[in-house]
Amino acid sequence: MKINQDKCVACGNCTYACPMGAIYIDPVVNRAKINSDECVECYACYNGLTKEQLPPGIVRAARQAMKVLRMRFEPEPDICPTSAFEPDKLEWPRIVRRAFSDPRVPHESTGIVGRGTEEVKTNDVSGRVGPGEVGFTVEFGRPGVGAWFYQIQEMSRALAAAGVPFEKNNPVTGLMTDTATGDIRPDVLNEKVLSAILEIKVPVARTEEIIAIVRAVERRLDTVIALGVGVRCDENGDDKVVAPILEKLGYKLNRAKTNLGLGRAVMSRNDAAGDAREPAFGSEMAK
Amino acid sequence: MTNTLHRFGDAESFADDLIVIAIPAKGAKKQGDPMPALRRFLEIALEYDPVNLGDAMHGGAIRPKRTKHVFEHWMKKDHSPDFKGVIDGATAPTTFAAVFDKRENAEKFVERLKKEDFGLSINVSSSIANGQACCRAAHVARHSVGYSLGFDGIGENTPNRHALMLSTMCGHGMISQSLARKMIDFVKENRRSPEEAAASLSRFCSCGIFNTTRAKRIMEEARKKIF
Repeated sequence: MKINQDKCVACGNCTYACPMGAIYIDPVVNRAKINSDECVECYACYNGLTKEQLPPGIVRAARQAMKVLRMRFEPEPDICPTSAFEPDKLEWPRIVRRAFSDPRVPHESTGIVGRGTEEVKTNDVSGRVGPGEVGFTVEFGRPGVGAWFYQIQEMSRALAAAGVPFEKNNPVTGLMTDTATGDIRPDVLNEKVLSAILEIKVPVARTEEIIAIVRAVERRLDTVIALGVGVRCDENGDDKVVAPILEKLGYKLNRAKTNLGLGRAVMSRNDAAGDAREPAFGSEMAK
Repeated sequence: MTNTLHRFGDAESFADDLIVIAIPAKGAKKQGDPMPALRRFLEIALEYDPVNLGDAMHGGAIRPKRTKHVFEHWMKKDHSPDFKGVIDGATAPTTFAAVFDKRENAEKFVERLKKEDFGLSINVSSSIANGQACCRAAHVARHSVGYSLGFDGIGENTPNRHALMLSTMCGHGMISQSLARKMIDFVKENRRSPEEAAASLSRFCSCGIFNTTRAKRIMEEARKKIF
């Protein structure tokens, strides 16, 4: 993403809108600038701000006059008054930032819009997490911190060392050079994303062990991790196995996604693994 | 895909926050077009007074726009949700969502969805109690459940919790904490109403899962007591 310096009037709206806090008003030129190292190409600025058409020169003159009068130019907080944001053409590996950070961009590897797979949301159809199994989603970077792939690799290596298989349709798995070691391709390790998710599945008996591994690695990482735990309920709709384990570990189960089981199976589990619903984005991703 | 699981707050804070999600089964294309069922999902949701509707490709019922004329800068901004626009603009099978602020409305909606038998995977993202109540209303047993273990190390009493509650209502992180903080401050200073501030935040949510009712309540709470 870039900001057209001829259009920017330094109103500051975008400095608040950036989820990574990567936009600032450069005091030397009095224009908004993007810290490209921290920008994750999420397009929140470009997609979220309403684009208005005020003439930059007139706005700057008005702001100067108001400053003298100690008055404030106060546009609506969710607009760019001069449509100053302009998308950059992204090359590999930077394009990975957008694929993981802009939720409207499908991953080449999965064809799914978003950062993970459908996990338990379509478990009634996919049967991905069965009785006696636990699916984990290990999400990095939210809220408001972001994550680098070298941080994600530290976790993937730890999980791989524990013999945990990764969900093959997950886009992070798609960037691994070796799923047995959890190694991620070196050319993306210094790329930052707004968030990314590792997905794994283990027998219920390994629930505590996996959480302990995740928490131990997390302490070494300068990012935030949110864990999701997916389970198959029994015939009465109860989970009398995993919830007690989580509560014993001290977790307050405040929120959950409840799959009502109304989905209809339309294809076999193996077929489902290869299907891509959305048009692919960024052919560079596959190279 | 929507990302509704990890919202910051305790179970009580989700009392007015129920998201019903519809996803076409993988491979549904091979069996026919899921779009009529998905569009019908949105149309039926409208009958049960949602606070937001959306799809993961186009966003929610309050969206940013590109103005055409200079003078639009001074025009009154419309903060009301455009539900019809969401339904008309739905063009591709992806994750669709309807957000409710009353449990009874969500219960009636999922009960209706069961009768309609679309074959779509239906999920309720909310407190566990709300999810179970919707299952009871639809006379179904929970098939699966995905628990959030929260944001590790960020306790419920953390400073700036109101901004966290607001910003995590976009599970993709498109709503920055800085903007959420700014909107709380705008409400405190009476420069914007909670309705206006909630609409401003909602425009950044890229799949229509932002709950404006909950946002208004949080900002009203924060207006007089930030902690």
